[in-house]
Amino acid sequence: MPDSLLQAIQQVVNGLTLGSIYALIAIGYTMVYGIIGMINFAHGEIYMIGAYLGLIAVTALVLLGIDSVWLLLPLALAFSVIVTSGYGWAMERIAYRPLRGRHRLVPLISAIGVSIFLQNYVQLTQGARDVALAQLIRGGWRLGEAGGFQVYISYVQAIIAVVAILFMTLLTLFVSRTSLGRACRATAQDRVMARLLGIDTDRVIALTFVLGAALAAAAGILVMLHYGLVNAHMGFVVGIKAFTAAVLGGIGSIPGAMLGGVLLGLAESFASAYLSTQYKDVVAFSLLVLVLLFRPTGILGRPEVEKV
Amino acid sequence: MRARLLDAGAWALLALLLAGPMAGLRLQTEGTGLTLVTQWRPLAVIVVLVFVFRLLQQTALPALTRLALPKPRLSGAGLARHPAVLGLLFAVAVIWPFFASRGAIDLATLALIYVMLGLGLNIVVGLAGLLDLGYVAFYAIGAYGFALLAQHAGIGFWLALPICGILAAISGILLGFPVLRLRGDYLAIVTLGFGEIVYLLLNNLDGLTGGPNGIGGIPKPTLFGLEFARRSADGPTFHEFFGLEFSSSHRVIFLYLLALVLVVITLAVIHRLRTMPVGRAWEALREDEIACRALGLNPTSIKLSAFALGATFAGFAGCFFAARQGFISPESFTFIESAIILVIVILGGMGSQAGIVLAAVFMTLLPELAREFDQYRMLLFGLGMVLMMIWRPQGLLPSRRPRLELRQ
Repeated sequence: MPDSLLQAIQQVVNGLTLGSIYALIAIGYTMVYGIIGMINFAHGEIYMIGAYLGLIAVTALVLLGIDSVWLLLPLALAFSVIVTSGYGWAMERIAYRPLRGRHRLVPLISAIGVSIFLQNYVQLTQGARDVALAQLIRGGWRLGEAGGFQVYISYVQAIIAVVAILFMTLLTLFVSRTSLGRACRATAQDRVMARLLGIDTDRVIALTFVLGAALAAAAGILVMLHYGLVNAHMGFVVGIKAFTAAVLGGIGSIPGAMLGGVLLGLAESFASAYLSTQYKDVVAFSLLVLVLLFRPTGILGRPEVEKV
Repeated sequence: MRARLLDAGAWALLALLLAGPMAGLRLQTEGTGLTLVTQWRPLAVIVVLVFVFRLLQQTALPALTRLALPKPRLSGAGLARHPAVLGLLFAVAVIWPFFASRGAIDLATLALIYVMLGLGLNIVVGLAGLLDLGYVAFYAIGAYGFALLAQHAGIGFWLALPICGILAAISGILLGFPVLRLRGDYLAIVTLGFGEIVYLLLNNLDGLTGGPNGIGGIPKPTLFGLEFARRSADGPTFHEFFGLEFSSSHRVIFLYLLALVLVVITLAVIHRLRTMPVGRAWEALREDEIACRALGLNPTSIKLSAFALGATFAGFAGCFFAARQGFISPESFTFIESAIILVIVILGGMGSQAGIVLAAVFMTLLPELAREFDQYRMLLFGLGMVLMMIWRPQGLLPSRRPRLELRQ
């Protein structure tokens, strides 16, 4: 195969890795938006907290003498997902629930406050510097002839894909098959009606935040494995991009968020390979503006009818 | 009381569980690996604070907030509108710098820049009800506009001021045109993205903007061509012309007065605009877009006018900022800056001009007064935003709309 094609395949691999992380975070945005129509601006920070908690768990387990990667990872993942979900729940309970029913700018501004608060909370408790982790899992597969360009797929990238697909499948099954999932869909469709029919909508909304936080925590751990680096400000830009992914796929739609995440990941990895790495963020934001311009409902979204 | 204690205890326990791994353990690099250090103080502080706060929130706070925050009617806004009061305030603002220290005047100038930014953003957020999270981008366009004009075309401050305003307005229109048709929250995110794009461009277009190093040597404003320097090659300087002893504080006071004039003009223009049809249309649109449409108003063009005008004032402020600093770099135009301006608007009370002036002064003075809390400044800032939204979303001095009430 010619080198240029192999290089393109490499970008597809990188894009899918990045995209599945965006997808995991984007689901949190899309679910919250679908259910209460607000942009949870602090969701990127939840992802950052997930990454930190994952790293803390890994370090603690290593200090306790557990060094089998296959034991370390699931334990750290479980720990981070549970504690981060707690953060998601507390955030909704403290900063958003009292604002239910107010003008739509009010919760958005509150969310910006939460975002600034969490960034500085982590910076104060964990320091402002990057914390690096030595690579836990090394190696990968190489495809292509020796001497020419080889497509490299690291084991971590494979793990990212597997974990992301696992979580997304679980979520899809939860939303489509369980009674709580049905309550979620009902609340998203019509909150007042769902309440009249006996659904505890406050609980459903809290659950949405918890689920979103759990997925964001998973994304955080995967990123930490991939790049081996965390800091208190890592969530901000990733958060905006994941939101872009959610809009791209059609906000409010869970499969849309997955699709949007993957598309954004691909766009970004091709942009950084063929244009310039400095401008990859510009590409992502420009994509957002273009999508809103030509298809404001996103790829899988349905047009919203405003009722008087 | 027992139930309240139990409830506060439950919250403290939750705080312990959540903050435990994050605030109680600190990651530290050791050689090539990582290790964890326990730190009890931050964790203890968090848990105790949560407990006390929750307890107070249920007992003392409801009574306290009723006492401390009177209803908007009692805010004294009517008195502050009286021409004599306004004139007196203005006279004090003009006279005090001649008796004040240099540092104080500098700080006041900075506060005035924030007043200008707050007033500009108030048009967009407070009056038209559009959330702009990238307002700092227009500020940056004004500042870099002047810096580049001065560097490449040798244009002075006074000519650059209107050009910067127009530049910012044009970029506001270009950005607003595609997205203003959309729902409010999309606008918030697109403006946020725009702010980030501008920041990234400033940082990466090394050839044009100097990248992270910024642009230096920006000329200071002159008074009808008189420079504020010890001596100048282009004719007499300020102190030579008036036969005064040279003093560096002349320039500081001049810059302050210039900012004051700009702020007064901004206040006057916006005050007039509010009573004009376009201003009425902004507020009508904020209240009910569908009703506006039904009355034959074109929401897109009304929003666009608010967006462009708001951007114009940011352009003026940016131009003045660049002239005052003499040096600008992308670090002055980060998202946090946008958030601070937004908080000024909210704190002051959306739509209320007097409130915004007070809030801008407060937000600039606070970090100076509470220097020992510098570390916690942004933490408290974020917390303040949330608490503000919960208890007093209308701001400290909410705007009063002119209205008539029928007495029964």
